Amino acid sequence: MQHKLKLLILTAISLIIVSIFLFTSIGNYWEYVVPNRAIKILAIVLTGAAISVSTVVFQTITNNRILTPSIIGLDSLYMLIQTFLIFAFGATSSTVMDKNINFLICTTIMIGFAGLLYKFLFQKEGRNIYFLLLVGMVMGIFFQSFSSFMQIIIDPNDFLVIQDRMFASFNNINTDLLIVSIILLILVFLYFMRFVKYLNVISLGRDTAINLGVDFDHVVKRLLIIVAILVSISTSLVGPIMFLGLLVSNVSYQFIKTYRHSYIIVSSILISIIALVGGLLIVERVFTFSTTISVIINFIGGVYFIYLLIRERKA
Amino acid sequence: MISVKSVSKKYGDRLVVNNVSFDIEKGKITSLIGPNGAGKSTVLSMISRLSLKDAGEILIDGKEISKTQTSELAKMLSILKQSNHINVRLTVRELVSFGRFPYSKGKLTKEDWRFVGEAIHYMDLEPIQELFLDQLSGGQQQRAYIAMTIAQDTDYILLDEPLNNLDMKHAVQIMKVLRRLTDELGKTVVIVIHDINFASCYSDYIIALKDGNLAHYGATNQIMDSKVLANLYEMDISIQDINDHKICVYYV
Repeated sequence: MQHKLKLLILTAISLIIVSIFLFTSIGNYWEYVVPNRAIKILAIVLTGAAISVSTVVFQTITNNRILTPSIIGLDSLYMLIQTFLIFAFGATSSTVMDKNINFLICTTIMIGFAGLLYKFLFQKEGRNIYFLLLVGMVMGIFFQSFSSFMQIIIDPNDFLVIQDRMFASFNNINTDLLIVSIILLILVFLYFMRFVKYLNVISLGRDTAINLGVDFDHVVKRLLIIVAILVSISTSLVGPIMFLGLLVSNVSYQFIKTYRHSYIIVSSILISIIALVGGLLIVERVFTFSTTISVIINFIGGVYFIYLLIRERKA
Repeated sequence: MISVKSVSKKYGDRLVVNNVSFDIEKGKITSLIGPNGAGKSTVLSMISRLSLKDAGEILIDGKEISKTQTSELAKMLSILKQSNHINVRLTVRELVSFGRFPYSKGKLTKEDWRFVGEAIHYMDLEPIQELFLDQLSGGQQQRAYIAMTIAQDTDYILLDEPLNNLDMKHAVQIMKVLRRLTDELGKTVVIVIHDINFASCYSDYIIALKDGNLAHYGATNQIMDSKVLANLYEMDISIQDINDHKICVYYV
């Protein structure tokens, strides 16, 4: 009961914040402003859900609460793709400016990369998950240095476009893409539902999970593929946003205080919506776009983590 | 019955278990003993499918484990490893309820909760069932884990060094529980154990491994022999009869 009450509180807070975002300081162009904001909210719900689910699942699989899926290098790969496209075709080419084409290229390459990585790693039995993390991390660093290299020799005007892509943005979200992403994400979530029941057991560790009859390697492989697809879609839609996952998942663990993933997942989705819409409110209304949402959320998240550290130290 | 037939396991090029065959009798306690690195835990892991064997067959009630669904095996056999560090904060009752996962996949029925309650009662955990695991002593934690395997209600219970880090009182408590499980509930218990005297006092059969090979296999009385043990551990071990138990004296 206590958990359900907490979820209700979170739902209420997110509904209030969303309505503040939608219906305050509208001005004279109601017909234009509200649908425009609704699209942003939809994108936020979508990416928030994808990021928080993928992070919670990833942390459960790796049995580690300070990892996020960005460790397997998908964020860096996204930046590399953007840099390379601008480097090779110029900032004004359709591969860069046409959101549809850009989205298609990004998701295909990112999911393809994750697929190759898993295929290569899971071919041999007995490779453990930490090996995957290690390889992913090395690849991530490789992608990063390669994009830095291109960014240094690129035309400064083109570099501005790259810089814009470095930060998550909920402005100029393409409606067609949003619909495609919603359909894709719903399919992925439906597939994910088959594996939700295993998450609680997987959090007890590999040996206990196998003892309790979970086909561990099979389930973990499927879950990792789900994580990669979720990350790829959300990153391609709004840009690098994995910073959010760590914050949201840990706030959720602290807040809901249970091992049950059904509660953890729902609460982390709600918290991510609150964080993103709240952050967006601050960016748009307080700072009037003079900063980005990543900065706001990283700032608040950082302060919160220091608070957690101090509190844990006292206890 | 568990039949292990010419099972081998390699780590890289190193053969850690070499062509080992034995049977484990139903309704008895069987101890796996041997020096460090003899392959005891590896054999136990292979029987419980935690690690894959490279050669040979392992049959549980006539079913080859690699050809049986892991969810089916979870209703036949349970395994408790020596290190059970978990990151999740659970109460004793919650941990024990996980033992019903093979049957209910997480949605516990009344029947399941009855099993959970019985397991908690059996391990005498009722006074502490609402406490979190990290608030408990090592012995209480170990009892909670054993309660989980009891709730799992399998015919075979495999334990990897269940007495690790326990003091004498708690070690005896655990061994008595295992004895009761076999005598009262007809379970088959297989343990990897280092303390030879516990193996002597509580088990029906002993399997001795050395350097990955099966060294000796037989009833406890046959294995508790100074020649056999001297050969196994490469040290002199004198055996005394104390209160109808064969006790090894090897400390000096």
